[in-house]
Amino acid sequence: MMIDPVALFLLLLSASTPILFAALGELVVERAGVLNLGVEGMMILGALAGFAAAYHSGNPFLGFAAAALAGALVALPFAALTQFLLANQVASGLALTLFGLGLAAMFGKPLEGVKAPGMAPGPFRINWIVWLGLAMVPLIWWFLNRSRSGLILRAVGENHDAAHALGYKVRAIRLGAIAFGGAMAGIGGAYISIATVLQWTEGMTAGAGWIALAIVVFSSWSAPGVLAGAWLFGGVTVLQLRLQAAGVRVPVQFLSMAPYLATILVLVLISARQKYSRRAGSAAPGSLGQNFHALR
Amino acid sequence: MNRRQLMASVAALSAVTLAQPSWAQEEPLKVGFIYVGPVADGGWTYQHDQGRLAIEAEYGDRVQTTYLENVPEGTDAERALTQLALAGNDVIYATSFGYMDAVINVAAKFPDVKFEHNTGYKRAENVGTYDGRFYEGRAVMGTIAGRMTESNKIGYIATFPIPEVLQGINSAYLHAKKVNPDVEMRVVWAYTWFDPAKEADAATALMAEGVDVILQHTNSTAPLAQLQQAGKIGFGQASDMSAFAPSPRVSAVVNNWGAHYVKSIGRVLEGTWQPEAVWGGIGDGIVAIGEITEAVPAEVKAEAEALRDAIAAGEYHPFTGPLNKADGSAWLAEGEVAKDEDLSGMNFYVEGITAEIPQ
Repeated sequence: MMIDPVALFLLLLSASTPILFAALGELVVERAGVLNLGVEGMMILGALAGFAAAYHSGNPFLGFAAAALAGALVALPFAALTQFLLANQVASGLALTLFGLGLAAMFGKPLEGVKAPGMAPGPFRINWIVWLGLAMVPLIWWFLNRSRSGLILRAVGENHDAAHALGYKVRAIRLGAIAFGGAMAGIGGAYISIATVLQWTEGMTAGAGWIALAIVVFSSWSAPGVLAGAWLFGGVTVLQLRLQAAGVRVPVQFLSMAPYLATILVLVLISARQKYSRRAGSAAPGSLGQNFHALR
Repeated sequence: MNRRQLMASVAALSAVTLAQPSWAQEEPLKVGFIYVGPVADGGWTYQHDQGRLAIEAEYGDRVQTTYLENVPEGTDAERALTQLALAGNDVIYATSFGYMDAVINVAAKFPDVKFEHNTGYKRAENVGTYDGRFYEGRAVMGTIAGRMTESNKIGYIATFPIPEVLQGINSAYLHAKKVNPDVEMRVVWAYTWFDPAKEADAATALMAEGVDVILQHTNSTAPLAQLQQAGKIGFGQASDMSAFAPSPRVSAVVNNWGAHYVKSIGRVLEGTWQPEAVWGGIGDGIVAIGEITEAVPAEVKAEAEALRDAIAAGEYHPFTGPLNKADGSAWLAEGEVAKDEDLSGMNFYVEGITAEIPQ
């Protein structure tokens, strides 16, 4: 029995795309110092809006555009609550997830049972959106590490008081990051509804947003790390299914646990490195999850 | 509300009912449902809600139905059931396995309310159970799968290694094998009832192994979407999934709970309701076979329908000997039919399926 590695890799690419998008978006948000736990809510609204637009227009790409817009829009109340009303970020993010799941369930009623138009595959029979996701990895790496605006965004995330003292508009920059994170989560969700399932069902993202949040931590807040994390999660999922389909005796439960064990292991290694190395500080942005007020 | 207040209000409610029996009879029969998912799931809960609507259509003003959706299994279910009982419901249907203990606990506090629990096995004075013989439907799907496969490999997306799922896998395999001796069965355990992304991955993994007909026990349409893109075929599960007809969805096993609900409410209205263990199949109307589409050749369709009718009439049982277990040991002798208690504890594959059941 042989498993074709190329076929397996193609499966992996498709399976990891939703979490890759959502995690890249959340990476930028967290690098700006904001912890948005609403990824799942933004994904499900993206899945719904994208599906609705693709169904009514007959054009899947229009669907992805609508999903990005919807994700960004629904992130704005979160931004308003945390950046202007200084609400707790954890609570607001959780509220956004619950709100998104409920709102999507309500507006999704008329779309039950209908089917989205199929998508023609892109180059090498790989979906265009998968290519877009892969292209976003170097782009976001370059933005965060080589571009001036990216470095400013990181400065805001590392120490918002210092960035403010230098004259950077902390709240405006964070607002932009949150909207970008929402758009990315929306596209990730829409990949499930438009490219994978082709139908709308309530709760269809099934926890992908939470995995995306874990991947950002796993990656130590770097874009290549996010790709590695998404491939690890996606890869283990498709590998265990593929092995089962081939009739190989595999301990399914252990393979399902593997990505989570890997995350815990990475977290332990990161904190051990902090404890024993001279380099102070963790990989997490310094101001992550803290609210900023200019008068303080 | 603490327990004392609860008991007090229960006492008050029953006092009202006892004091005015004539008033109580003129009121419509109140029927409550708790659902584990949203009505909009397009599968399990949707079919239960169709059953609720069937009661309303049948009895009109004589009944009044309500439902609570998205009720998690566990302690929350007890609260929801108590709420329905306190609201004056005369009959309560609990539509998920995990509500079992909650139903038994709440039923003990409300002896005048009739409870029915779906897919469970615990019963009491006022608690009955009801379930479907879905393996009967799988036999029909297996026949179609065996005839339709060109690669002689059929796949099954399984949920959890429990008797109901093993009945489905074995029944589908046996009937595919009967019409196509070369057929092989590949099983993938998804460890979920509903996760579209994972179900899609499972379908793709099976197709990469050369499988060209897939049966699913999971509830989303994601596998059908993948099958459509690849030009392969599959079947609807729980609900008809007719959005994917005529192909890839060539037929479906439909949970038609309305057939049971209408009968059960009829007995309550007549005053003849008893706590029973109902396990109904195609013959009782609880398991329905979705329309077999034109993607299936006419002679295969006729063969599948003949099998369906034979099962419905009770002339044929999907598990009829001689049958061996996968380890080679004998299970059923020539002409012997599987007993219900054997089926409800099924924990093995039949001979011919080479995979391992996860423990």
